[in-house]
Amino acid sequence: MAEPTLNKLRVPLADPKVQLRQLHALAIERSFEAQVAGAGHPELRADGIQVLQINVGKRCNQVCHHCHVDAGPDRREVMSAETVDHCLRVLAQTDIPTLDITGGAPELHPEFRRMVREARALGRQVMDRCNLTILLLPNYSDLPEFLAENQVEVIASLPYYLPKQTDAQRGEGVFDGSIEALRRLNDLGYGVPGSGLKLDLVTNPVGAFLPAKQSQLEAEWRRELARRHGVTFNSLYTITNMPISRFLEFLLRSGNLETYMQKLVQAFNPAAVNGLMCRTTLSVGWDGTLYDCDFNQMLELTVDHGGPRHIRDFQIAPLARRQIVTAPHCFGCTAGAGSSCGGALAD
Amino acid sequence: MSHYYESHDLGKFGEMANGSPELWQKFLAWYSAVFAEGALSEREKALIALAVAHAVQCPYCIDAYTTACLEKGSNEEQMTEAVHVAAAIRGGASLVHGVQMRNHLHKLSM
Ligand code: SF4
Ligand code: SF4
Repeated sequence: MAEPTLNKLRVPLADPKVQLRQLHALAIERSFEAQVAGAGHPELRADGIQVLQINVGKRCNQVCHHCHVDAGPDRREVMSAETVDHCLRVLAQTDIPTLDITGGAPELHPEFRRMVREARALGRQVMDRCNLTILLLPNYSDLPEFLAENQVEVIASLPYYLPKQTDAQRGEGVFDGSIEALRRLNDLGYGVPGSGLKLDLVTNPVGAFLPAKQSQLEAEWRRELARRHGVTFNSLYTITNMPISRFLEFLLRSGNLETYMQKLVQAFNPAAVNGLMCRTTLSVGWDGTLYDCDFNQMLELTVDHGGPRHIRDFQIAPLARRQIVTAPHCFGCTAGAGSSCGGALAD
Repeated sequence: MSHYYESHDLGKFGEMANGSPELWQKFLAWYSAVFAEGALSEREKALIALAVAHAVQCPYCIDAYTTACLEKGSNEEQMTEAVHVAAAIRGGASLVHGVQMRNHLHKLSM
């Protein structure tokens, strides 16, 4: 049996407002907004929309301990077919080059394949944020072939190249399943030089510390995954754990919240500000609401500076120059080498 | 009762600048140069620091370099081996002084 989500447990921390209260109650010497202004951005603004990131819902076959979505098998939030249509219409009416599909496990969504096909037919790059074990479920075993046929870029989560750390974060047996799924993807050409099929890996630290240097880890992982498991991949992205949702619950439970937040604040790197993903991404929630990023989405911090707030009312001009909504969790994106869905920002 | 070592006191380390700002600055410059990537990697240096922290039994350094090792990409097994290296040197250092004991023993004995 999978563990219950915070939502299912009905704990107060499942409420984004309670999470924000926790973050705002922390003593932070200089606010994120002041730090960003000091780095040359008096207002943090979007600079176009390069990526439409769609979170199709919170259902997932896993219940990872660090999950910022609080996803799991007991979640019921799923994007409607009508909202999917709105998203595809926005893609068709703009030249946003990339569709980034996330969740939960996005492949569980009944419209996943339609989204991929239609976005590909429009000539857009499509990314699937894949938890790997989904590819082993009986009803989804043809997914690798589907992804390959449609030249979908697979961004797969794997926190470590050893079972102990991976299973500690993602659940018992996840490591072995992930390696099996990676081998299947490799067999189809994913992550194999010259195939044109991109397979990138994502690693989040397994605990309350910052990720190591991305370039150094990538070299190590390439060596160890090849040597131990015969697995190859294209790039490794390091992502900092954000102090929200289940990772926030872990920080509180383990007595790490203050030191972790202090670490994020002290490690503020002005060089990471320019490349913050919210500056080039528009995030869509399962109900069509628009956000600056997937983290703001989970905190229910809707876009809030003049632009429309729902995908059905999409207008490129105000959204492409919108002011970004920020809060203390944003320090997670600027700590050390910086962090985004595409990995480090200033490695 | 308050303890001699409080983990949050590590955050006050910078207050050592108050008595002598120049010496503190020199220490900081030297310290950060020591830990920068060189002939040894930052990761190797953090592991050495972790081992030495155990040898000198400094709780602040143990906390700081446990975090540093993780953030340089080391794992539990590697860190545990580093601590064993420190322990082995400490144990070996005691034992090898047995030679001194034996030298003196032989000198005194008939
Ligand atoms: S981190 Fe990803 S795989 Fe894990 S529970 Fe969350 S959505 Fe699912
Ligand atoms: S959390 Fe979102 S809004 Fe805040 S800096 Fe990161 S990407 Fe931007």
